[in-house]
Amino acid sequence: MDRLRAAATTEPGRLRAIGAVLAALVLVFGAVTAWQTTSRADAADRVLNRSQPLSNDAAAIYRSLADANTAASSGFLAGGQEPAKVRERYQRDVDRASEKLATAASNAGSDSSSATAVSRLNKLLPQYTALIERARANNRQGLPLGGAYLRYANNTMQTQMLPAAEKLYKAENERLTADYGDAKPYPWLAIAFGVAALAALGWAQHRTFRRTNRVFNTGLVAATAAASVALLWLLAGHTFARSGLNESYDRGVKSLNVLNDARISSLKARGNENLTLVSRGAETVVVGDATKDKFDVAYQRQMARLAGAKAGDKGLLGRAAELADDDAGKRPVAAAAANVTEWKDRHKSARASDDSGDYEGALDKVIGTKSDRPTRESFDNVDAALDAALAHEQREFKRAAEDGKGAMTGLPIGAAVLAVVGAAAAVLGIGRRLSEYR
Amino acid sequence: MGGARTMRTRPGETEQHAATARRAARPRRGLAALRGWGGVASMALACLLAVALVLALPQLRGDNGPGGSGGSAAADRLTQAAPARADECEAPERSLRPDTKDGPTIEKIKQRKVKKLVVGVDQNSYRWGYRDPNKGVGKLEGFDIDLAREIAERLLGDREAVVFRAIPTNQRIPAIQSGQVDMVVRTMTVNCDRIKDVAFSTAYFETGQQVLAPKTSDITGYNDTLKGKKVCSAAGSTAETALKENSFGADIRTTVPNQLDCLVRLQLGEVDAVVTDSALAAGQAAQDPTVELKGDKPFTTEYYGVAMKKDADDLVRRVNDVLDDFRKDKDGWRASYDKWLADDLGDSAGPPKPKYKD
Repeated sequence: MDRLRAAATTEPGRLRAIGAVLAALVLVFGAVTAWQTTSRADAADRVLNRSQPLSNDAAAIYRSLADANTAASSGFLAGGQEPAKVRERYQRDVDRASEKLATAASNAGSDSSSATAVSRLNKLLPQYTALIERARANNRQGLPLGGAYLRYANNTMQTQMLPAAEKLYKAENERLTADYGDAKPYPWLAIAFGVAALAALGWAQHRTFRRTNRVFNTGLVAATAAASVALLWLLAGHTFARSGLNESYDRGVKSLNVLNDARISSLKARGNENLTLVSRGAETVVVGDATKDKFDVAYQRQMARLAGAKAGDKGLLGRAAELADDDAGKRPVAAAAANVTEWKDRHKSARASDDSGDYEGALDKVIGTKSDRPTRESFDNVDAALDAALAHEQREFKRAAEDGKGAMTGLPIGAAVLAVVGAAAAVLGIGRRLSEYR
Repeated sequence: MGGARTMRTRPGETEQHAATARRAARPRRGLAALRGWGGVASMALACLLAVALVLALPQLRGDNGPGGSGGSAAADRLTQAAPARADECEAPERSLRPDTKDGPTIEKIKQRKVKKLVVGVDQNSYRWGYRDPNKGVGKLEGFDIDLAREIAERLLGDREAVVFRAIPTNQRIPAIQSGQVDMVVRTMTVNCDRIKDVAFSTAYFETGQQVLAPKTSDITGYNDTLKGKKVCSAAGSTAETALKENSFGADIRTTVPNQLDCLVRLQLGEVDAVVTDSALAAGQAAQDPTVELKGDKPFTTEYYGVAMKKDADDLVRRVNDVLDDFRKDKDGWRASYDKWLADDLGDSAGPPKPKYKD
């Protein structure tokens, strides 16, 4: 106790204490900075390399499944032997879906809603493809049983698989938002310790000046400089990172979300358009007081989502056009919108044929060859345009997110090194004053 | 980033002291009231609080998940289970006497912009109304389709003047009542319940309910062997009504939009047996050689008729006139039977005799 009291009352004792406190403050500042920036850099890295690609994969799974179902119904419409192109498209969709499901499975935690959705889809996909194969086998023999299997498969897809895929897509998007949330907050604690360290260093220097009339203590000045650099680096690096991440969200993720929704809507609309002809009015719904074809109603609903139902409602494509911030992004969206308009016109004409009893004419206008001006062509154009728009926005996202992540490169290690240097300098500076008492 | 790098060269340069000191001084002034460790601690506490606040703020979740529109709107189920008592309805297959006069219903059809008869049919009943994917794209064919074309030819002078609308079993009556179709030619049984809602032509085919099950099954017919088995029927069909009256202890919860959907369930092992009209069951057996009709003969006697709107007397009489000739005509009933049904159902004694109520 006496020694402690002596340490507190004598000048060398005070100096020792001050040195220890200064070194500790600078070291804590460095450590907190390293910790907080590491966690933010990790989150930024997860955004770029994990959660965004996974959200993209989930969208691809959803899209592939919807597209496979559409291809299957197209093949059925075409007759006993489906066209090779349609079969290839179906196969490609199924391959892509199972491949992306495997990645999603290895990345989904064991107890998350993603994991539940993935395992559900993993179970349902082989069941679905088995039903489609049975449909094909019966179809080839000219048996209507094939159509019954197709309906069963479609039902499985619509009521079980697509909802599960949607759940997965939403869960992955939530994870992405959460990672953004982890990467962006200011590292207040580190900043506070930085400010505290600088304040303490300033106070110590002022004290030395008052007692010795010496302006500079090299060690303390060096420590102040190191701490200042670290603090400025922290502020600048994080601000740059934040702006990069914000840009990647605003210019990339937002557009990607709307475009993915638009693409899924267009796929659903196409699937329903096909099913209108497959089912031939076999399923109806009551809208208001009118009985309408169930699949045509669903088609209309998806088209309204895509292009807007009434004046003032821009629809998904209108929103995508607003979000697109350069020509390369706007062009494909505009092309998609133009093709949707064309698609609607052609669809109207196909429905008119069907309603007047010209089923084969209607069929030609939906899946026919180029000279029939089929809606198939419009749909393919919409799909290709949205694909191009998605690819563009994905590049925008990647560029901005990489910039953001890059702004934090070296910050944790740099801060740690500067803190050690600063703490050492402070101790040396105080040590010089202390040596004057020996 | 760039700014931070140039800063790194400064520590050694003492002339920078003033600037550094100024930077250091600014926060210090703000903290003048807080001294020593207590100040640092309270500041750290304040920082922690701030961080906690930031973390606690509701996160902006900007995901726009694709809208779920599976199109799963369950088909409205129409069940008319109450069995009619014999005293209030006898021989429901009696219809109106044939007549060739055009009445308001026929006039309306003839005045259409597109002069075509809209007929509700099935596209899943093998040999009756179905689509053969290998023959012409989207062409429907079968016994019912032949009859529908025959009616169109006699009414409008053109076998092609028909719009076929595929209709699920339980939508046959609503489709007629709402005017969605002019008539239903779709293996539709005439019975006491249905004549309350729609009008029928005279009978054009005799059939009855029968059980269909795998050849290896121990089910022997509509009897106690059904106990504990899962049995499938089409929603709104006479089979469903029969099973509700007496299921022999079977699980009859599986009902589907179309009798053919029962064969899918049977093949997938979801049900053990199917109950449907023998004429349709034969069509199912023709598509799957591992199943067969159980029992020697159907356990009910039923007649198929063409269903029309309840008050469309002119159309009913006209269709009965067509049916009269269809029964007699060498290229009519007999030809269609031989073409579509003889293979599965064997020889036929001929069409049922028409019965009239007026």
